[in-house]
Amino acid sequence: MEEVLLSLRHISKNFGEGDVLSDVSIDVHKGEFVTLLGASGCGKTTTLRIVSGLETPDAGEVILNGQDMTGWPPERRPVNTVFQSYALFPHMNVEKNVAYGLKVRGVDKCAQAARVAEMLELVQMSEYAKRMPAQLSGGQRQRIAIARALAPQPQLLLLDEPLGALDLQLRRQMQIELKRLQKKLGITFIYITHDQEEAINMSDRIAVMRGGRFEQLGTPEEIYDHPATRYVAQFIGRSTLLEGTVRSVDDSLAVIGNENGRFTVDSAHANLRPGERCEICVRTERMRAGRAPVGGFDLPATVRETRYAGGSVLTYAVLADGTEVVAEGEERMSDAPQAGETVYMHWNPAQASVIGGASHGA
Amino acid sequence: MARKNGLRAGEVRRSALFTLPMALLAVLLVALPLIYVLGTSLVESGQSFSFGAAFTLDNYRRLLRADYLMVFLGSLKLAFLTTLVSLLVGYPFAYCMARAGRKLKSLLMMLVIIPFWTSALVRIYGWKILLQANGPVNAVLRGLGLIEKNIKFLGSYGSVLLAMVYCMISFMILPCHSAVDKLDLTLVEAARDLGSKPWRAFLDVTLPLTMPGILAGCVLVFVPSVGMFYLSDIMGGGLVLVGNLIRDQLLKVRDWNTGSAMSMVLIVITAGIYLIYRRSGGDDLGVF
Repeated sequence: MEEVLLSLRHISKNFGEGDVLSDVSIDVHKGEFVTLLGASGCGKTTTLRIVSGLETPDAGEVILNGQDMTGWPPERRPVNTVFQSYALFPHMNVEKNVAYGLKVRGVDKCAQAARVAEMLELVQMSEYAKRMPAQLSGGQRQRIAIARALAPQPQLLLLDEPLGALDLQLRRQMQIELKRLQKKLGITFIYITHDQEEAINMSDRIAVMRGGRFEQLGTPEEIYDHPATRYVAQFIGRSTLLEGTVRSVDDSLAVIGNENGRFTVDSAHANLRPGERCEICVRTERMRAGRAPVGGFDLPATVRETRYAGGSVLTYAVLADGTEVVAEGEERMSDAPQAGETVYMHWNPAQASVIGGASHGA
Repeated sequence: MARKNGLRAGEVRRSALFTLPMALLAVLLVALPLIYVLGTSLVESGQSFSFGAAFTLDNYRRLLRADYLMVFLGSLKLAFLTTLVSLLVGYPFAYCMARAGRKLKSLLMMLVIIPFWTSALVRIYGWKILLQANGPVNAVLRGLGLIEKNIKFLGSYGSVLLAMVYCMISFMILPCHSAVDKLDLTLVEAARDLGSKPWRAFLDVTLPLTMPGILAGCVLVFVPSVGMFYLSDIMGGGLVLVGNLIRDQLLKVRDWNTGSAMSMVLIVITAGIYLIYRRSGGDDLGVF
């Protein structure tokens, strides 16, 4: 097992109007990129502020390198934050902003200048050293905020939706750059976003948060392929959820049945018993809507509408019991099924999972 | 004031129309009296200002006396101390007010604003009653066993300063409060996050970023304080301030020309302070 850098143990926080965080625990390893993913108000920013020391938990411990730093003020913690609004000091130029964390720690002038130059080089902003923050674009401010937070060589970098204010194209570019930077420096990142695509692209592990708890903690693949809860299945990616009763199970596959017929799913990750109720999740891009049954299992459905999604066609259909399903096909719009037509829904059983079937591994 | 940039000719004309009454009022109430004072200060003693009169600088020359200089310096000193004490008391108050919860904040704001509802004169007489030899303050101090004999507060420099600060401090608190209120708290958090202790974060971030409010407050307190004299008279300070000098010239000596020259010097001093403030990037305070 890799070395644990940060442990949050049973963290709870209450601002007087119900719990913002309840019993949150996680171990973050050295060099890991962990993302807290969730809708606004789920407690992800509070979690980050508890790690940085800007907030004190009501209960629980924050342990860094085996040392309990729960009660430490932010200035004592070897942790720096990239704030959502960047929070660059408007009365200091770029250079002074980046040098600030070094200056207050009493680093001597020469070392400060060298480190600032190195950091500006790293984020490719060397020629902007004398500019004021107001003279920079959003993307440039972003880079300076990262340089400033990295300058004091934190053991852990916290990033609170750092790309939230950028437009889509710049965001994608910065995602790649940030990830590259993190790998190159080997610094541990805890990253906050509400953008599931961003989380999946960048993270080693994702903690999906909801209502102040972790819904699921796992690698992007685990979370995508084996969502632990209905919420995770719906929040990340597009999918169809189907309920049913387990008819039979073997080592790798389970047959589930409901009013629409029988279908097969991966059971290797789930601990299913015959006769049990369960819910399964089929990702939209793994669901196929064929004009003819392909054998194995096929769920007949009536097409509501089809929509072109750029490179693929989405087929919205309803099963016999009224459940809505969505399938993604690679055919052209002209070949796609028409509204009212009957199609047969099918998927590769290995790519459909039982919700809650994945191990809730922390 | 019509902002010409980016406005079409029609808009400029229309905005000129709307500002015309303001301009007329300003000319009538500010510019004309000022010109009259300036004119009076430039004609020979005993004469009143008219366009044909012979101009002279005699009235100004008469001001070049050591005792007058001391009076001006004394007024500047009192104004300076008033500003300093107002800042030292007002800024922390404004800071706490900006950081307080909603209820406490509106309560504190009321405390700042309520005194504006009655005349300063009346309120100062209130202080006089509080501070007099057999007044409540002395009674409390005696009751607590802190003093044996009554303290003679009135007539002291401190009592004058107290009255000045009391009258002026709101003008310090309000701009300071709005500066602290506008300050993005995340910036202070960022400083803490980067390794600053609370006090250091205050000096590096809060103080420089609220400096415009501090400067505005200082100008708003200092400028009227230089000419203020009746507070000293009421508190029995026995100080001779520029204001006393001007009043005596006008009402007792009845030398309007010398009085006008004194007024002009006072106006130039305060305008100079304001201009320095503006040059160093200060807000316009709604003056110009």
